[in-house]
Amino acid sequence: MSPADVQPATITACPDGPLLVRGDFELRSEDNAVIPRTRRTLALCRCGASAIKPFCDGTHKLVGFTTGPPDQT
Amino acid sequence: MLPIDTNTLTRASFCARGPLSDLLLTALDGPLTPGQALLTDFETAVAAAIDCSGFVMVDDDLQLTLFVLYGLHYGGVVPGDEKWEWHPSTIAARILIENALEAQLRHSVAQPPLPAPTREQAIEFVAHRSVYTLKEADPHSWAIPRLTGRAKAALIEIQADEYGGGDVERMHSVLFASTMRGLGLDDRYAAYVDSVPAITLASFNTMSMFGLNRRLRGALVGHLAAFEMTSAIPSRLYADGFQRLGFESDVTRYFDEHVEADAVHEQIAGRDLAGSLAEDDPALLGDIMFGASVCLTMDGLVADHMLGRWKDDLSSLRFPAVGVAHLSAVAAP
Ligand code: FES
Repeated sequence: MSPADVQPATITACPDGPLLVRGDFELRSEDNAVIPRTRRTLALCRCGASAIKPFCDGTHKLVGFTTGPPDQT
Repeated sequence: MLPIDTNTLTRASFCARGPLSDLLLTALDGPLTPGQALLTDFETAVAAAIDCSGFVMVDDDLQLTLFVLYGLHYGGVVPGDEKWEWHPSTIAARILIENALEAQLRHSVAQPPLPAPTREQAIEFVAHRSVYTLKEADPHSWAIPRLTGRAKAALIEIQADEYGGGDVERMHSVLFASTMRGLGLDDRYAAYVDSVPAITLASFNTMSMFGLNRRLRGALVGHLAAFEMTSAIPSRLYADGFQRLGFESDVTRYFDEHVEADAVHEQIAGRDLAGSLAEDDPALLGDIMFGASVCLTMDGLVADHMLGRWKDDLSSLRFPAVGVAHLSAVAAP
């Protein structure tokens, strides 16, 4: 892959939901092992309730997770 | 600066409500050694009280005793030596009352019946689903050339994932075919068309209608968004259900994949696809909402059909023999 093919990673915060991660990045577990990637766009849980962490499994809807008003940055 | 609210740090005292709580409060309110002597026969006394109480739930003496015993773990409920928390006599009494309370709760609290689908019903569900799912994502691909800009990019992002990112082994329709084979079903397209009722065909026909008519692109997008936004959690339940029925990962992989995939698609479909389309072409908002409602309604009707038949111990297929002949090999290994 030439440097021109490298897509910088972007992280998108979804209101009341996960963080969507796109682009080139490596995901590592708590013990620093590389988590194999099977899809281009990932949703990372930020409500804490997912059963397949670090990925989101949609449970945020069941637990009434809210992220509040958009960040003022 | 306001003074600290000391009410939460101090403790009021309360009265015993019978011989057990009286004995316990007296024993705890002092050094360990004399207290221990007082509680030598406590366990026997508690057991006898439970026996003649009948309703532990409304027995003042037993409930206050249990409250005090739990209080030893919280702290700040009764004074006394902290060693009481794990003392054999307090623990033994706690377990006795706790067991009696739990037994009464389990006996007297109404619970809805737990769903217990049979293997045959689980397999019928897959036969219904096969009409669409062996062509999963195809009706929505019709909309790609009919959208522009952000909505088009969002649809491409979802569809690429549906088609396994270009890897045929991970294509969702291919994963579903493997689920069918794992259940002993015929994975050729249309193998169960004879068996499914009109409502199952109507659900798929509706998607085809939305997909093949440019004027209905709003409805197609709404349909896909509603589907994706509501499918991650059910996919987890389906995977767990098939696992409980004894099926292995060749059968459950399709559903496991959809837990993770649809949690991603949910965000893209709701915000980037349907949301952008509504912003860029507000005239389509009504149809987007129409398509979303149609998705939930049609899938609800298919589910009602299956559950209604199963409740009466009937097959949900038109020719159960077709299914059952096929299924019996799987159902009775
Ligand atoms: S953010 Fe979706 S399950 Fe936690």
